[in-house]
Amino acid sequence: MVELDIKHKRGSEPLDPLAIPKIACGAMADLKPYPAHAQHNTDLGFPAELIDNWKEVAIAKIGELAKKNRAFKVYLDICVKCGACTDKCHYFLGTGDPKNMPVARQDLLRSVYRRYFTFAGKYFPWLVGAKDLTKEILDEWYTYFHQCSQCRRCSVFCPYGIDTAEISMAAREVLNSVGMGQKYCNEIIAKAEKIGNNLGLNPKALRATLEDLEEDLEDETGQKVRLPLDEKGADILLITPSADFFAEPHIDGLLGYAKVFHQAGASWTISSYASEAANFGMFIGSYENMRELSLRIRKAALDLGVKRIIFGECGHAWRVAYSFLNTLAGPFDFLDQNYPIPQHIIEYTHDLIQKGELKFDKSKNDEFRVTFHDSCNVARGSGMGGIKGGQFTLPREVLKACCNHYFDMDRDTIKESTLCCAGGGGLLTDELMDLRIKGASPRMKALRQVSNENGVTHMAAICAICKTQFSKIMPKYDYEMDDVLSVHQLVSNAIILDEPEQNDTKNEDSVEK
Amino acid sequence: MLSIIYGVLFYLATFLLVFGLAMKIWLYAKTPAPLKIPTMPAPLTKTGVGFRLFREVAFFESLFKSNKWIWLFGYIFHVALLLVLLRHFRYFQTDVWWWIKIIQPFGIYAGFAMLLALGALFLRRIILQRIRYISSPSDYLMLLLLLGIAGSGLAIKFVSNTDIIAVKSFMLGLLRFQIGDLPTHPALLVHLGLVIILMIIFPISKLLHGVGVFFSPTRNQPDDSRNKRHLAAWAKELEEDEKNG
Ligand code: SF4
Ligand code: SF4
Ligand code: SF4
Repeated sequence: MVELDIKHKRGSEPLDPLAIPKIACGAMADLKPYPAHAQHNTDLGFPAELIDNWKEVAIAKIGELAKKNRAFKVYLDICVKCGACTDKCHYFLGTGDPKNMPVARQDLLRSVYRRYFTFAGKYFPWLVGAKDLTKEILDEWYTYFHQCSQCRRCSVFCPYGIDTAEISMAAREVLNSVGMGQKYCNEIIAKAEKIGNNLGLNPKALRATLEDLEEDLEDETGQKVRLPLDEKGADILLITPSADFFAEPHIDGLLGYAKVFHQAGASWTISSYASEAANFGMFIGSYENMRELSLRIRKAALDLGVKRIIFGECGHAWRVAYSFLNTLAGPFDFLDQNYPIPQHIIEYTHDLIQKGELKFDKSKNDEFRVTFHDSCNVARGSGMGGIKGGQFTLPREVLKACCNHYFDMDRDTIKESTLCCAGGGGLLTDELMDLRIKGASPRMKALRQVSNENGVTHMAAICAICKTQFSKIMPKYDYEMDDVLSVHQLVSNAIILDEPEQNDTKNEDSVEK
Repeated sequence: MLSIIYGVLFYLATFLLVFGLAMKIWLYAKTPAPLKIPTMPAPLTKTGVGFRLFREVAFFESLFKSNKWIWLFGYIFHVALLLVLLRHFRYFQTDVWWWIKIIQPFGIYAGFAMLLALGALFLRRIILQRIRYISSPSDYLMLLLLLGIAGSGLAIKFVSNTDIIAVKSFMLGLLRFQIGDLPTHPALLVHLGLVIILMIIFPISKLLHGVGVFFSPTRNQPDDSRNKRHLAAWAKELEEDEKNG
């Protein structure tokens, strides 16, 4: 049957997702993202283009960060160059470029920090590899700090928890401070700060999209499953990545949330003012921009008078929400304190399943043999369910509740050791496609393993970036673009909606059509 | 003359070590962590964080997950170093504690273990391409320094003995702020000289990892951000400035 075909698709060649490549110096040295337009830099409060006194400003910025951020300072100081992290980055595994080894990536900045801020670097630079800041180094930062998806896999394995993502964010902040912004991130942040979402979707367009989707839902289920927008007095504000409004398979996830809310009889709404869960402010290490975007969510919650905030499926958005929102835009004393603030849609659905309030026809998902990709920002940057490791168990339990065939990938490539999709951290842009494809190869090999062993056909994820990235790159690895699924898409397929009590309103509607 | 130089250097090194470390600890402690960034899954409570840090320091938990060889050699080296350090307590005590007496023989085995582990780490640094790539001269020198200390120490014990009683009275004298006579035994002078260098560079080198690990936000923060609002002082100022226009 289907499974057998897949089993033999690739034969039984030994696959090691974590195989260490030979070092290939300079392999990725020429790949860098497009620079930001002047306007987008200034929109975010950065200089329009490279300033004349970039050297002084960059060094001053490093000094400022070392004062404002303990992680930055401590991590630059204490690395012992043990090398334990050298084989932990998916970009190194995929490209062999030694500057993609986490410690080597940190060293790009550390060598300059040492030169200007440490005794040894000031007086014995050759001894500790300290370097003067030059334009070449600045360019190299631009290249290699945009080859880090800030996935934090390295921080799991470092004996001191040194987190290259922190260095990478700081480096991008330094680059921005001298006018070397990256197009993809800065353009998106500017849009989200002006319009409310990364796509620049205005309220009218958003309303039209949601209405279309409501019609689809009604055609599919025969019920009035709603996607409410800007409804004052709703209990729940749903903040979801704007990709959920238009991209595949994201939309199917959104429909899944709607069905769950519908079945639970919840009163909920989306906000057009804060119609974006993603917060790219994190990717550029900018506390101020991250805060500005977070404050939109606070304002929307206040204006709409909601009691709860729930986040849709988005990896880094959930990290910002779970770990930073309280800091950036709290305290949320105006919300109902009986629920986690904020809550993840997986937590919400999981809770209903636990209470027996959701019923599934699992056979609806029998065409899928499913595995789960732990999105790195969820896995290593957040939690769920108020229990240690809930971010691993809850999504799996939701999947198992609605699918008959669930299999995990190799233990060394999931949960806290998960391999990033290679499109996160502001790298989901076409000019970096080469890096995205190569960086995804460890994850794809792990997927191939479970395909071979357990006939897995599909991979579910709870991150908008992961979903987009996988649908783009999976065809390069002999999968179809729709082999990546939203978790709530599977929920949506299998959920059994109660028959509505009165059917008359529905009939009126269909007459109108 | 030599005794005086060594005596003075010991005072200087001790001062730099203590003062330097205190400075760094103070600096790390006062530098705020603006956001909650524990590497998840993290303990939910402060007690849990205590255990996490303990496991890191006592067993090198993350390193074990990461790379068994580095763990093995690193762990042997650190445990051996601890034993050797404890063994040396007897040079600073008139009445040596009973348990220091008990570990004396183990301290000697530990000396050899240290040499072995350091040698392995050094070879690894030279042979493995990835590690060679990330190494600076200081990384090799640090290992050579430690090898030198261990080697000269063992040489005193096994190759050519020095007057250990005299060494002890020199050390005890230093504790009472008197500089006595230090035997002019070459291996001993090398041994002590290298130790002095190690003490001086400790607070300004990567050896700082010993204290730094306690200040690593990915390891020392509990996972409680939804329940407790965490706010750095400078972020609070930012908020207040905004409120006041
Ligand atoms: S594992 Fe940590 S200490 Fe070791 S080289 Fe990497 S960053 Fe440095
Ligand atoms: S954070 Fe992720 S992408 Fe960046 S260096 Fe570490 S492992 Fe690589
Ligand atoms: S896109 Fe997904 S896997 Fe990749 S960085 Fe984000 S959460 Fe991580």
